[in-house]
Amino acid sequence: MTLTARNIYEQQSHNKTLTVLVLVGFVLFVGFLGFGLDMYLSGSGLDSDEGAGLPIPVATILAMSVAGVGAARSAFNGDAAVLASSTAVPVPEDDPRYRQLMNVVDEMSIAAGLPRPKVYLVPDQDPNAFATGRDPAHASIAVTEGLVERLSRDELQAVVAHEMSHIRNYDIRLMTVVASLIGTVLLITEFGTRMLRFGGATAGKKSSKKGGGGLGILMLVWVVALILAPVISQLLAMAVSRQREFLADASGAELTRNPLALAAALQKITDADEPTQAIKKGSAHLCIADPLGRKANEREGFLADLMGTHPPVEKRIMLLKAMAYQTG
Amino acid sequence: MILLLVFGLLLLLLFWGIGQYNKLVTLRNQVQNGWKQIDVQLKRRHDLIPNLVNTVKGYMQYEQETLDKVIQARNAATTASGVADAATKENALTGALGRLFALAENYPTLKANENVKQLQEELSSTENKIGFARQFFNDIATKFNIAQQVFPANIIAGMFGFRPSELFEVTDAAERAVPHVDLSLKK
Repeated sequence: MTLTARNIYEQQSHNKTLTVLVLVGFVLFVGFLGFGLDMYLSGSGLDSDEGAGLPIPVATILAMSVAGVGAARSAFNGDAAVLASSTAVPVPEDDPRYRQLMNVVDEMSIAAGLPRPKVYLVPDQDPNAFATGRDPAHASIAVTEGLVERLSRDELQAVVAHEMSHIRNYDIRLMTVVASLIGTVLLITEFGTRMLRFGGATAGKKSSKKGGGGLGILMLVWVVALILAPVISQLLAMAVSRQREFLADASGAELTRNPLALAAALQKITDADEPTQAIKKGSAHLCIADPLGRKANEREGFLADLMGTHPPVEKRIMLLKAMAYQTG
Repeated sequence: MILLLVFGLLLLLLFWGIGQYNKLVTLRNQVQNGWKQIDVQLKRRHDLIPNLVNTVKGYMQYEQETLDKVIQARNAATTASGVADAATKENALTGALGRLFALAENYPTLKANENVKQLQEELSSTENKIGFARQFFNDIATKFNIAQQVFPANIIAGMFGFRPSELFEVTDAAERAVPHVDLSLKK
């Protein structure tokens, strides 16, 4: 296995750059979809008398501006969307049941030298946790009720340390943006495929009569892009999260100096096998362990690298135990 | 032409110097802030202890001596001056608290008391925070020290009188010593 040896500053700037790339890529992609629509409309309307080829690419401009707004929203408001979609509520400050959780978060923010993130509670019995936000000053950690109930103090601390590392490395910015863009891509492709079906029924005959070669290839690319978009965005989410989990495990253990507690916590989280109901598919890659309990995450190799959002838990536990032996 | 070149090089050197100086100042402030964080947590611990003693007093009448020791250690720690002095007194307080909690194990009603449980959680969290604040302080102080000792930044550090920061160490030799574990099978 290749663990890319990056220090924390390189990881931070790498994450920031990647976030910008994802956002730009998203806007361009949606623009391309709009461009295809422009071509489609002007292509099919060529031999009819109204609007002989649209001079202004209305759909392209429209799509790109919508995508721009969507990208900005996901960058600045993505955490709110992720938290809302998992029905997370702020932890009541004075509730003695969550006093330990709040203390542990305080401890870890001291250890990391970061401001204390907002703490949210997900009403779900399956133990899991995630962090979101755009930078350490605007970060949130969410844990499920099941996590608070089942984990010991040390294990809770280890999980919070793992999430705190995601915050410190700016993983949260990238992952949150990806999470909220996945939702948008799904909406767009849904809309696009409907347009295609609807438009295809009426305009199909006209364009087949013309059969423009260059246009045909472009249309083909467009349709393929439309169909593949959800798959590609899912793959992206998986690719960005796998390596980051190993890194967050390691730097979380560095904060607590107790890798075995994280290993124990991961074991408990996987042993509680029922899927997390409250956390939706779109934000699965944010979590400490796959909330859906998918089989792909338990394997290794090319296919697993492609399909799993999380590295196999056994491997993570093994690495954490190795750390403990090293440090005594 | 050569004059221009020399001038350009000097300008580059100046910019580099300014950058190094600012980096060192930033780090020095972070180190000072890290130190204050430790103080904040120590203060918090001192504030919690009278509460704890008052709560457990009713249950632990026969342990008056231990309770007195905790209070004494706490009062000594609040009036400590200097790093080394503070470290020894804080360690004494930690020891006294440890004994108190060990004794508390003998009182089931005490252990079941919600107030005591909460106070115990607060205290152990504060202990942790002190530990983590020290850990963070040592990390940032190490970074500060490295930044001013590596060549050629050490020239800038020397020019402006930057001093390496002291690290927080275990002052008690007994705490530093590796505990001796006897693994031989005794019959």
